[in-house]
Amino acid sequence: MRRDVFQAIADPHRRTILDLLARQSLPINGIAEHFTISRPAVSKHVKILVECGLIEIRKQGRERYCEVQPEKLNEVSDWLEQYRQTWEQRFDRLDELLKELQSKEKTE
Amino acid sequence: MTTKNKTTITAEPGKQELFITREFDAPRELVFKAYTDPKLYVQWLGPRDLKMTLETFEPQSGGRWRYIHTDSNGNVYGFHGVFHDVTTPERMIQTFEFEGLPESGHVVLETLKLEALPGGRTRTTIQSVFQSVADRDGMIRSGMEKGVNEGYQKLDELLEKLQQ
Repeated sequence: MRRDVFQAIADPHRRTILDLLARQSLPINGIAEHFTISRPAVSKHVKILVECGLIEIRKQGRERYCEVQPEKLNEVSDWLEQYRQTWEQRFDRLDELLKELQSKEKTE
Repeated sequence: MTTKNKTTITAEPGKQELFITREFDAPRELVFKAYTDPKLYVQWLGPRDLKMTLETFEPQSGGRWRYIHTDSNGNVYGFHGVFHDVTTPERMIQTFEFEGLPESGHVVLETLKLEALPGGRTRTTIQSVFQSVADRDGMIRSGMEKGVNEGYQKLDELLEKLQQ
């Protein structure tokens, strides 16, 4: 199975987990409190998020805390930005063309 | 110098669709023509570093289209689809498939809407609906490597020339 940020954010539960952890690091039980799905189900989502590199688990005393890795999340916005630039360049060429066509119309 | 029109892309995480919005300083009929006249279409659609060839282009309801991109190493990338609905000058609905995927059948449904704005301007919106979230995300990522390296310099020079 694919393991990257896009896989990670494809699921609404995982997006909610990221939202929660963006505010504060939490142990798995602390995350599970916010969900109606079972704790093993939450663990499974956490495991996928770890495998995708979006969160890390850090030991603090007896508890294991889940922490977001924000630089990894940035991959998502960069990804869309680059696709946008591809389109922007395409539309810039369309701008040029439309300008040419309009100036032709005027001179004819 | 007018301010540059901005391209907006909306792709919510976990959804199968994306929206591309852009305004143009030209009337709707002309923008529509740039989408449906094959001579004009090839001038702006293809990436700069690739040669674009329109093999089939029948921009009317029920018509087909196919174009190929050829890179400098002779690699060929084919795309094809059908025009489901072409309503001059306001709407085009078509299918889109990239032939280079490991399996065929990953089809996108694209709706282009052109809206006339005051002052002879036009707003265009493209809605692309994919068969799965993975298909959509794969498509967005495929556009990632390209484009970025192509600078704006060439374009800026040209625009300046046109305005002198």
